[in-house]
Formats: sequence, structure tokens, C-alpha cells
Amino acid sequence: MSTQRVRIRQSTPPFDPSEAPEETEELLEISLRVNGTEHDLTVPGRRLLSDALRHDLGLTGTHVGCEHGVCGACTVLLDGRPARSCLMFAATAQGHEITTVEGLAEKDGTLGPVQQAFVECHGLQCGFCTPGFLTTITAYLEENPDPTEEEAREAIAGNLCRCTGYQNIVRSVCRAAELRREGEQR
Amino acid sequence: MKPAPFVYHAPRELQEALDLLAEHGHEGKVLAGGQSLVPVLNMRLAAPAHLVDINRLPDLDRVEVTDELVRVGALVRHADLLADDAAHEAQPLLRQALEHVAHPVIRNRGTVVGSLAHADPSGEMPAILAITDGAVQLRSGDGGREVPWHEFFVAPMESAVAPEELAVGATFGRFPAGTRTAFTETARRHGDYAVAGTALALRVEDGRATLARASYVSVTEVPSVLDLLPVLEGHDLAGGTADDALLEAVGTAVAGFVDPGDDIHATTDYRRHLAVVQTRRLLADLLGGPTVSPVGRKERNR
Amino acid sequence: MSTRSVGDRVQRREDPRLVSGQGHYLDDLARNALAAAFVRSPHAHARITDIDVSGALDVPGVVAVWTWEDLADTHEAAGQPLPMLIPHPSIQAPFTAYALAKEAVHHVGEAVAMVVATDRYLAEDAAQRVRVDYEVLPAVVGVETARRAEHLVHEGAPGNVGAYFEQTLGEPAARIEAAPHVLELDLDIERSAGMPLEGKGVAARWDPELQMLRMHSSTQTATGLRAAVAAKLGLSPSQVEVIVPDVGGGFGVKINHPWPEEICVAAAALRLEAEVKWVEDRREHFISSAHERQMLQHVRVGFDDDGVILGMEADVWHDHGAYLPYGVIVPLNTVTHVPGPYRLKDFRVSFTSLYTTTVIVTPYRGAGRPQAAFLMERTMDAIADELGLDRTAVRAANFIQPDEFPWDIGMLLQDGRLGIYDSGDFPASLDKLKALIGWDEFEAYREQARAEGRRVGIGLGCYVEGTGAGPYEGAHIEVETSGRVNVATGLTTQGQGHQTVFAQVVADELGVPLEDVHVTTGDTRQMAYSVGTWGSRGAVMSGNAMLLTARKLKERALRIAADALEANPDDLEIADGIISVKGAPEATIPLRTVAVLANPLRYAFDESAKAATQFGGKADESKPPIPEEDRPGLEESQFFSPVRTTFANGMHAAIVETDPETAEITVLRYAVVHDCGPMLNPMIVEGQVYGGVAQGIGGSLYERMEYDADGQLLNASFMDFLMPFATEVPHIETDHLETPSPLNPLGIKGAGEAGTIPVAATIASALSDAEGFAVTRMPVSPSDLWALRASHGTASDQTTPTPQTQES
Repeated sequence: MSTQRVRIRQSTPPFDPSEAPEETEELLEISLRVNGTEHDLTVPGRRLLSDALRHDLGLTGTHVGCEHGVCGACTVLLDGRPARSCLMFAATAQGHEITTVEGLAEKDGTLGPVQQAFVECHGLQCGFCTPGFLTTITAYLEENPDPTEEEAREAIAGNLCRCTGYQNIVRSVCRAAELRREGEQR
Repeated sequence: MKPAPFVYHAPRELQEALDLLAEHGHEGKVLAGGQSLVPVLNMRLAAPAHLVDINRLPDLDRVEVTDELVRVGALVRHADLLADDAAHEAQPLLRQALEHVAHPVIRNRGTVVGSLAHADPSGEMPAILAITDGAVQLRSGDGGREVPWHEFFVAPMESAVAPEELAVGATFGRFPAGTRTAFTETARRHGDYAVAGTALALRVEDGRATLARASYVSVTEVPSVLDLLPVLEGHDLAGGTADDALLEAVGTAVAGFVDPGDDIHATTDYRRHLAVVQTRRLLADLLGGPTVSPVGRKERNR
Repeated sequence: MSTRSVGDRVQRREDPRLVSGQGHYLDDLARNALAAAFVRSPHAHARITDIDVSGALDVPGVVAVWTWEDLADTHEAAGQPLPMLIPHPSIQAPFTAYALAKEAVHHVGEAVAMVVATDRYLAEDAAQRVRVDYEVLPAVVGVETARRAEHLVHEGAPGNVGAYFEQTLGEPAARIEAAPHVLELDLDIERSAGMPLEGKGVAARWDPELQMLRMHSSTQTATGLRAAVAAKLGLSPSQVEVIVPDVGGGFGVKINHPWPEEICVAAAALRLEAEVKWVEDRREHFISSAHERQMLQHVRVGFDDDGVILGMEADVWHDHGAYLPYGVIVPLNTVTHVPGPYRLKDFRVSFTSLYTTTVIVTPYRGAGRPQAAFLMERTMDAIADELGLDRTAVRAANFIQPDEFPWDIGMLLQDGRLGIYDSGDFPASLDKLKALIGWDEFEAYREQARAEGRRVGIGLGCYVEGTGAGPYEGAHIEVETSGRVNVATGLTTQGQGHQTVFAQVVADELGVPLEDVHVTTGDTRQMAYSVGTWGSRGAVMSGNAMLLTARKLKERALRIAADALEANPDDLEIADGIISVKGAPEATIPLRTVAVLANPLRYAFDESAKAATQFGGKADESKPPIPEEDRPGLEESQFFSPVRTTFANGMHAAIVETDPETAEITVLRYAVVHDCGPMLNPMIVEGQVYGGVAQGIGGSLYERMEYDADGQLLNASFMDFLMPFATEVPHIETDHLETPSPLNPLGIKGAGEAGTIPVAATIASALSDAEGFAVTRMPVSPSDLWALRASHGTASDQTTPTPQTQES
């Protein structure tokens, strides 16, 4: 077997990033408005919104479970409507108001009704898919404040969870609706 | 799973977009909703050198209803058209089918025209464009053209949109007054691509069918329309039911019309069988009671 | 008086953090690390003839490219095959993979080279430019092909056999021969996978000054990974720390270790003296992690007129994929769980574990037991069908009775120790199940449905599950002078609520508020001795270690407090963190003060510390400041090591509806009766059951790994590997029986896998009942069911017309 292998680029560690070949990819100056705050960042056109949120802005609450738009863990709100952040380029998201799971609590840190309901109803186990459910349900309850259990099940049917079997997520949707109504009465 | 590099363009005027497509269309892709394209890019099954993001173009997000048709701009999201009551009244098949397009979150971004241009035989909207005798409007630096549905879908995953062209809108025809429509599909999971799907339009006047057409999802190579009028002709439909002989004849027509393939989710024979059953059930439904009830979905018993 | 929390539906301590986006999963860490991506084999079976990495090195941002040669050059052990983790006498041909393929690849997705770059996008760009030349060899896919052995996966594994095991109890052949009724069954279960929503991942950082390697991994065993990495990279274990952050689900796939990527990333961190991170993407998870379940089964059973089994023989052929790093745990669990809740005295069982050119098989929730339940429960249904008896009656006739415990099954389990059922009440469980699902009322419902043109069926499945296997887990508890109680255990957490249930156990035993208890899991810095999280053992093992440790710590605290209060330790009690003399409520001392007294100090660093310094109070001059056989600090560590596995058990029932025309399948009701002994937190136990059932539903009706004959995985995405959404999982009804285990002080049995085990058996039972023929393979899609109807001649609509014309 003749191979032309190896190749650790330089011989003396530690690695110095400046020794890597120059980036040639065109970079874009963009700004993203996330949870009410404007952020400027420099990214290539192919930067997925999910990666921009997580790695460029450090908002790691948005999770990436499949990167092909099925699992829903990366769901954020785009102008209030749920969207897969793994199926959108950061550059496309300019000019929109983005809400991530970090933006669902009150300013003082009090959990929002959907978050609170998940805690009360054991709506999560490992918690990895949870941010996508929380954003999706938050938007859903804005439009449908009083869902039946069957409607609640349909509402979450675009997100995968591998831990809970969804039983307690359905309960969490109904409980969150209750909490929202109680909140409005106060 | 990260996309390969590309040059990103975000034109703000139609002309700018057309200029970009004239220059880069052959090695580029148009990005609208991205719900089908971006997974393909992330998996590196495609690596266009240029991406023309049309989301900033003005005036393409409109739904217009006229006496003859429903016009849908290139940036109208599935969710927008689904929620549009005027469009629903004009052409109920739109909403009936859109409810089956993936999940609501995908519908929030995915565009109707984008799914037509994608020309996936498993897509719902191509079948609706066909059954409503619709067309797609294309623009390029050289002007514009309108392509009727039967010329638009060239092959599976291949539409008539040339590299330098942009699909700026689509028009769905309206049926004559008194036409009743229904749509159903069978998917492995809620929101998945259909194993088979059927759209049906039926108009009965004085017990006689005067319009009867069906189109299919996932069981024909490209969207096409089955004219059932010859089958229904001569049958008295005034009673609101179809007799066994008629259903048998409809089944034979459907089975001969569809041409499903085999895949990991279902066999050819099963898909053909589903198309037959779906058509019969929709027909029975449309002939029956005053309202169109969805079929193929069962209530859960709690 | 503090209330006890064990047994209550205590809300989880971890949740406020996780619902706020404040979790720390692997990819949330090491934000500035270099990113690794892997070049993976596109072929199922091939010899590598050449690797050219030059194209990759020209890619901007690329730091290094590794092949097997580079690994072997750097660390000799890293160039050797990965460890055979669990040797077993049945293993005849132990093949494991290299961290990077050496000369050959044996499945699509096997790692061939690693690229390290400044970010993952660039690393993937470069990985595409590594040119590997292959000489393609024949693929071997599926049990049938493997056992025909026309082609071999490994030259050193004749017949493609990796392992063969056989055991005979009593005289099954003679008993079957003499039995009034004999049946034979062939059964088939397809491949699925655990498929956690977070894939695997590892980040490693070498500190050249301290000469320490710090690794974060989404593993199910921190200590196992630590030992493996140290061995492979020639480090002392004392130079390696493994910390497991929040983990987005495990379900078994993350117990295998070290994964090739863990070795490669650690080696890169060492070589580059930089932080390197690899985060598995979904496609990688499909083609290079692990699958499970695939098995062919043959059963021969003899029984009497009541359906009592007189003798039984079961042979299973198990597809374990390209390599065997986790040994034969899966088929071993299958054969040892075949007896289930039934008396089986005359029994022969064998497994043949076969190599194929597909992704490796390691335990996935249930770990061979769902296949065992499928085998036995399909057999029970077949017996009932043959005799025209009610399916529950046949099971009841074979049940081990409550007064027959302990019941020795006569086989060694996966932990190498005796399989002896310790507790349970199977007749009581069955009664509960029948009541819950309405078994006796079902015929009336069926008639009513039939009148409406609907087709329904009911089915059930019973199982036992060896849980809480050893060898041990430990706990460390320390009370700080603030009153904060730090608790550590070595096993890892992937969503089971350990931070809550372990805190409950400690808070109750120690008499402190739950909020004061803080639990750490899976951190080798906190607890160097541990085994890992698998086999429904977390609560049993670490839970009992918590109890033992807290108990010992409490004894010590009371002894110190007794000195201070001048009381007898037996007269003291702790509640809400305050120690008081029973009957003299004014004589108290807070536990936090005991923590101060437990650590005689020379230096006072705050007010509370003053009391513990040398002039802080009068001392007994006859004794040293720390009594003999005692230690400074209010801390304690104890280990729990059970004599053997404790057996949980349960029974499921389902009512399904099948569309007479389209063969679509709907689960109308699903009922679970579960016995894991007293529940530490019923909310969490139910959560485990729900999740397990959902995975079982997936494996019964939706999920299957579709390989073609060339060994390409055709559905390596969530679009085509059909994990259930909420709309595919029925409402699940649960009931519990709590028969305590005599094998541990908490009396508990494991609950993690229970929900999954009998689901395929239960769904098959219900589908068979609805359709009138025996369903013998899982999963079943509507297309499959429609084809089955045709082959059984039971299709209600046989008249699908054949097309008049067909386009070619």
C-alpha cells in the first residue's frame, strides 16, 4: 500500500491559528436582532442561523438535532412565527425579529408560562429537544389560547422528542394555556 | 452537515435578481423558503456556487383572487395561502391540500411557488396546480412567459424553469360554481410526504356529472390529471351514492392511470391500491352529505 | 419537621435551567475549539489502497489531517484495535475496529481520516478533498446473507460467526417429544436504533503545563472513557479527567466506548496542544454509531391441553454488525430473558452472533430483551391460538407464583452472576392489566366496532427485566459549613432526573431540605470509581449508594453533635438541617455547625470557622482533635455492590384498529402495569415508562434501518427513519404494582428500559388479533400489513384492479 499520508500542518505545537491557510471565503457584515437586542456579526453567506445564534452569539439554548429540518430542536421565532433555524442562513434572517428560548422568560428571570408548565408537568427529560418545543408552543398559544388535548397533540407534532413519549408535553401545552389565562386575569 | 461555500446574493429589486440569474443561474440556485433546498445543501447533495436569496424582493408576497383564478406570488408562504379565506372560497383545494404540506413550522417558511418549481411528485401543490389547470409565471432578463402546468412539470424533480429564469408567481384556476372538491393523503407519519395522495373535483348537475377530475401525489411520475367524466357519464348520481359497479369502474380507471414506484415506505402495488381507495372514498364523500369530510384520518379513542 | 420526599412527585431540580436555554450540552462548550470532521467510508466492505490528503491540506483553515498511520506513529496503542470491552466465553472471533481504518473498512461510515480545522464548515470542506482509493469487496447484509457465508466479513471469522452460545436446562427435547401439542415458529425483528436527539460528541484539551488531558464527552460512562483514553494515549489515568456535561439522551448508544472519535480527538488535542471538538451530525450518527434489534428466531415448544409449556427450544441468530466491541450483551440478554415470568424448567436456548458489513450493534434501551419478549409472547399467543384458549389464561397457567420467589432461572446473566428472580406478583399484575385495558369487555367492543365496519384487535405482552446489575456504584456526600450538601456519584445522566431523585434520597436520610442538596454526576474529578449508566441501574445502584452514604454520614454527624450537646447520639434526630434532642426541642445544633466542628481548624477564615479553631472552645485533652478511625470534614463515601441483579417486571396491553382497506394502523389504547418496587419519584418513573413505550411503538410500526444489498443505509435521515411524532404515540395509561426487592436497602428495581421491552410483542399480539393471522415480524408498516393480508388471503378488498395499460 503506497500512501501519501499524515500531515499535521506544522511541527511545533501549540497550534497558532495564523499558520492555517488564509480564509478566502467572502464574509458578510450582517446584523441580527435577537430577543430584542441588535447584534453585528461577520459571517460567510453559508452560515446557518442556528450556528450564528449558537456559536457567534453564544446563545446555545437553541439546539441542533438533525440539520435537515425534521427534528425541530432548532426552532426559533421569526417575527413571532416558528421557523427552523437550521434551514435558514443567518444573512436571510436580517431585518427579522428573532426570539430564542433565552428570550421566553420575563425580564426578571421568572419563567414564562410554557417554561413553567414544562417544569410542573415533567415535560422534559434530557432537555435537548425542549427549546424547540417551547418556542413552537409559545407561538401556538398566541393563536390558540385554549386548545383541547387533541389540538395540543397536533400542535407539537412537528417536533421530535425521544425521551418523553410526548405524554407530558401534551399536558404541558394544556397547563401552559391555563397559566397564560391566569396570568391575564392578574 | 454544513453547506459547501457559495456566493450569497440578496437582491432587493426584481431586475437585480434577474441580472444575477442571467450571470450565475447556470451554477446557482434560487433561495425562497429553503425548506427543501437547505437540507440538500446541508447534506452537500448540491453545492451551487451562487445562491440568489429572493426573500427581499418586493411585491411577491401577494395573493390575488379574480373571477377566474387565484394568483400567488413567489414569496407567499404555505401558511399565508392556507390562512387566506378569499383564496379558500375561490379554490377550496388549496387549503384542503395545504393542510397536508409537512408541519406548520415548515409551512411558515416554505413557499407555494418554490414547491412548484421543486417539481417533487410527492409534493401536494404540484398536484393542485394540475387539477386546477394552473400555470406558472416565469421572468428573465429577456422578458416573461407563462407555462401551463402540463408543460411546467418536465420530469420528477425537474420543472421548466430555465437557469436564468425566476418563477415569480403561479395561478390556480377556479372551478365552475357548484363544483365540490376534496383532498386526502396517506402518510407514514403525520406531516410526512404522502405514500399516496388524491385530489378530486366533482360537479354534478341534475344527477349527471359535468366535471370530474382527479390528480395524485406520489403515485405519478409528474403531476397529471385523470378525467373521470367518461367513467361517470351515463350514471345517475342524483341519489348521492355511487353503486358498486361505478366504484369498480372508477377503480379500474385509477389503477390504469397511476404509475407509482417502489420505495422503502411502500410497494408499487400498495400505492396503486391506496390511490384507488382514496379516489373511491373521496367520490363517495363528494356525492354524499352536504359537507366534505376528510377521509383517511381516524379518530383516536380516548 | 421536614417531610419525606421519597415517593413524592417532586419536580425536577434540573428543569428551570434546562427550560431557560441554560443547559450545557457538549456542543455548547469549548466555543473556540478547533473542529474535527471525519472522512468516512462510502463502501460497506473494501480494502484501502491509497489515501491522499494533500488536497485537504490546501483548504483554508485546515490545521491537520490524520490517518491511521499518524495515530499509530504518535501513540502505539492508538494504532491497535479498539478494546473488546466485555469478553465472554462464547466469543470465537473477537474483531473490533481501529480508531481510523487501517487497511480495510467493514461498513459504510467507518472513519478513515480525521480533519481538524478552525471551524466545522471548513473541516467538512477539507474532508471532501481527502482522496481515498478503495478496492471494493462483497457486502454482507442481513442475518440470512451472513449465515450463508458466501462472503466473509472478516477472514478470521469463519461462517461470519462472532460468537455461539448454547445452554440446556432439564430435558427439553424429550419433554417436547412427549408433549400432546407441539408448535414451531419463525420470527423476525428488524434493526432500529436509540437515536438520541443529541448525537455523540467530545471535546478535549491538553494542558501542557499541568500535563493533564481534560475531556468532555456525551458518554454514558465517564470512568470507562477515562481508563480507555489513558490506555490508548499512553497516559496515566491520573492525567486524564472526564467530565460529562448535560447529555441529550443516550438510550444505550453512548455506553460503548471509546468511540473512534474520542481517541482521535484526544490524540489531536495532545498533539496540537489545542482544544479540539467533534460534534457528531445526524448523518454520522446513522452510519457510524450503533444500531440494535435485528434477529431471526426459531422456536419449538411442547405444551399440554391447558397451554402449560412442557419443554421449549429457542435458537436465535443475531446480526451484530461489522465489529463486536461491546461483546455479546445483546443476544445474551435475549436468551436469558426468554423465560420471562413463566416456569420454564426444560429449556434449550442458543444464539449465533453474526458479522455483517453494517453499523455495529450495541445495546439500545431494552438491549436484547424486547427480542426475548417478542419470542416468548408470540409463542404464548401461538399456544393460545392452537388450543382456542384466552391468551391471558395461557399466560396465567405458566406464571411463576408469588410464593415461588426467589426463582432460579438456571442461567448466568450479562453480569456473569446468577439469574434469580427476587420479587414480583405476576397474577396480581395481570389482574391489574386486564382491569386497566378492559380485557373482558373487549369482545363487546369488537362487535360494536365490526357493526360500524371497523376492525379492531387487542393484545398483551409480559416480561421480566434484570435491572440494577453491578458490580458497584458509589456516592460521596459532603456537608459544607454553610449547610450546603454536595453529593456526587460517578454514573452519568441523560435525562433520568438523577439530580432530583438522588437529592430526594439524601435529603430524606440526612434530614436536610431538598434545596440544600446538590448532585453531581459523571465527573471523574468528583468520583473516580464508577461503572456507568446502562441496564436500568442508575437509581438502584447510585440510589442505594446514596442511602448508605447518607446513613453513615448521619451517624457521624449525630456522634459529633452528641458531644456538643452532651447527649446520647441515640436521643438525637435531624430535621430541616437541625439536630435536636428528642423531647428537648431547645437543645439543638445546626448540621452546618457540626460541619464546622468536624473539621478542627488552625486558621479561621470566617465567623463560623472560629468555633473550630484551637482556642475556639474547651477541648478534651485526653483525646486527639480527630478521634481515631475518624476523619476531618463532614463527608462520607460508600459504595453499593449488590449480590446480584434485581428483576423488575411488567405487562402491557394495546387495542389497535386497522383500516380494512388501506391497512393503516392506529393504536387506540395502550396500557402499562409496571412493577419496579417502591417508586422514588412516581412522576419520573412514569416519564421513563412513557418514553420507553414511545420507542417501542417506533420499533413496532415505524422505525427500521433499511440497508440495500450493497450495505448502503437508504434512510439515514429523520425524513426516512420514522421516529414517532406526538401524533404517532397513543395516550398511555399506567398502573403500578410495588413489590419491594429484598436485594437492596431501598427495595427498588430499575425502571429505565421497562417501557420498551414488551411493546413489539404487544403490538404484534393486537395486530394478529385484529387481522386473524399471526404477525411474526416487526416492524409492520401499512404496506407490509396489506401485503400480509394478501399472502394470508384475508384482504377484504382483493379487487384492486390491475392496470389496463402500463407505461414502461
